[in-house]
Amino acid sequence: MSIMDGTATENSSFESWKKAYDSAAQRDVSFETVSSEPVEALRTADDIEGTDPDADIGLPGQFPYTRGPYASMYRTRLWTMRQFAGFGTAEDTNQRYKYLLEHGQTGLSVAFDLPTLMGYDCDHPRALGEVGKCGVAISSLADMETLFDGIPLKDVTTSMTINSPAAIIWAMYLVTAKKQGARLDELGGTTQNDILKEYIAQKEFIFPPAPSMKLVVDTIEFASKEVPKWHPVSFSGYHIREAGSTAAQELAFTLADAFAYTEACIERGLDVDTFAKRHSFFFNSHVDFFEEIAKFRAARRIYARRMRDKYGAKNPRSLMLRFHTQTAGCSLTAQQPLNNIVRTAWQALAGVLGGTQSLHTNSMDETLSLPTENAAKVALRTQQLIAHESGVANTIDPLAGSYFVEDLTNRMETAANEIFDQIDELGGVVEAIEKGWFQREIGKAAYHFQRELEAGRQTIVGVNKYVENSEDDTKIETLYIGPEAERQALARHKAVKAARDESAVAAALKRIRDDSRSGVNMMPAFMHASETYATLGEMVDVLREELGTYREPPSF
Amino acid sequence: MEQPIRVLIAKPGLDGHDRGAKVVAAAMRDAGMEVIYGGLHQTPEIIAEMAVQEDVDAVGLSILSGAHMTLFPEVKKLLDAAGADHVLLTGGGIIPPDDIDALQAKGVGRLFGPGSTLVELVEYVQAEVGRRRAAAGSA
Repeated sequence: MSIMDGTATENSSFESWKKAYDSAAQRDVSFETVSSEPVEALRTADDIEGTDPDADIGLPGQFPYTRGPYASMYRTRLWTMRQFAGFGTAEDTNQRYKYLLEHGQTGLSVAFDLPTLMGYDCDHPRALGEVGKCGVAISSLADMETLFDGIPLKDVTTSMTINSPAAIIWAMYLVTAKKQGARLDELGGTTQNDILKEYIAQKEFIFPPAPSMKLVVDTIEFASKEVPKWHPVSFSGYHIREAGSTAAQELAFTLADAFAYTEACIERGLDVDTFAKRHSFFFNSHVDFFEEIAKFRAARRIYARRMRDKYGAKNPRSLMLRFHTQTAGCSLTAQQPLNNIVRTAWQALAGVLGGTQSLHTNSMDETLSLPTENAAKVALRTQQLIAHESGVANTIDPLAGSYFVEDLTNRMETAANEIFDQIDELGGVVEAIEKGWFQREIGKAAYHFQRELEAGRQTIVGVNKYVENSEDDTKIETLYIGPEAERQALARHKAVKAARDESAVAAALKRIRDDSRSGVNMMPAFMHASETYATLGEMVDVLREELGTYREPPSF
Repeated sequence: MEQPIRVLIAKPGLDGHDRGAKVVAAAMRDAGMEVIYGGLHQTPEIIAEMAVQEDVDAVGLSILSGAHMTLFPEVKKLLDAAGADHVLLTGGGIIPPDDIDALQAKGVGRLFGPGSTLVELVEYVQAEVGRRRAAAGSA
């Protein structure tokens, strides 16, 4: 009876809720995401009125893949727990890989040191003080063989975070696997190989954009023919976000990069369905839980629609966006570092609820140093706790249909499309890079966040709230990489160079020069040179002469 | 009127993580300093040369790569050799406390770790440059 009378109807109406809400006190904080996007108090069915449950949300494993790339998701197989690791010499890192595999890790992920990322051997003057510091030093095939000693490469999948010299490092990996007795067509893994985001955010570039893109297309072409289970490029938003972008910028810039590579491959004459099925992505999972989940869901939908409608992809595997997630390094604090375990846990949970295919959870000590073995173990255990105790992996895309999450997903898609239009107006991704546009947009967002933080409009526990001024609020055990790693790497490198056939090396380097000039696919020449123990630095030096080097116009 | 503080912000070595360097550069500019941003992948030689040519009061280095024990002393040595030992050499990054102590013993100024505020940095550079200018003026 009461439900039928006017008072009850009015009481259950949106207007009366609004009245009650408006008359309630509100905490004195800004209700915004970490990307400074406003968040409303309540979302209702009205806010997703225009959302078609079939065309926009759909079902897992079905276009537009909003709910996940696969029909059964984690009920068939959990995400791959892939902890990024590398430090010191190849021997040191080989030991860490064996430790992680013994503790239930299911894939490897290689961190290289800065000289390797920049194409310098460990004995180059610019490598001084940097060898083995933030990753493992790989100067030649000999180091790669040591790195994977006792680890059968046909049985694990390996992700390698390498960009400018990616084609050469991948060639060394392929040769190492062949020497172990593996066939190229049975090797699985990923090379990051996303040079566009280097110019945009991470800034480890060597050559100018156009010849760099050519090398990337070479690897995609080679993979599609010879190493079909490999992901030759991982389109990466992670570093864009770490550099300070918003969630929507991370999403849009990353997808714009992916589409730029797609266009370059189509220009090479490749059929989109031969290469797009091996596309993979790499996103950040930051602190704002729902914003991140919406970002992942929107990414799948935008990608599926563009790949089908703009690039004519037909194979469903060319339309499904699959991604790796890493929790946000830039969200971790040096203050009260145990808190980082908790931050990482919910960021990882957002990745899982967003349907990630693999995951790296950061260690609590990463603002202080590379992780200790103990810190790395807690980070891995965090994933295992989510997988086996939380229950969230029992069902697929549990947040679908949430007014809030669907509305946020829609808004992410709209924001990304607006950014695509801006990039088009600038003349495309490469043009926008050369104009410094991405770099400025990210710099502005980073500065904005820092000022919001210092004004108290954003909160970081332990940094600007609940601060402990004691001496030991940052005291935990950290990993120290001393100068001995550099000495060992140098001694070993010298021995490798002394033992090789110099005329074979010279001939292999000449082939790299010749192939670079003639414009053929460079992968066979890189593999051939790796077999002679020509070094990374020697190969990159030939390319520096042939392709030129890039300097970013400094601006802030 | 007192000359504005001139500061060179640079990233030595191979590390490309420039978020911190750029945010600090923007904050110092907004605090009224004249900021020269040296850009990425600079050698200690180029940084010292720029500091001298631009006649700066302070050099701020951002190092997140672990190479700080090589790069800070090298820049300090080159500044001193070029007669610029009055220039404040400061900076920040991922630098363990023991290393900070060792670098300060070699004449490097305060080093700022993760969680430092822009206000702290700006106030430190203003105070330290002011102190050095006063000392030079009275000498």
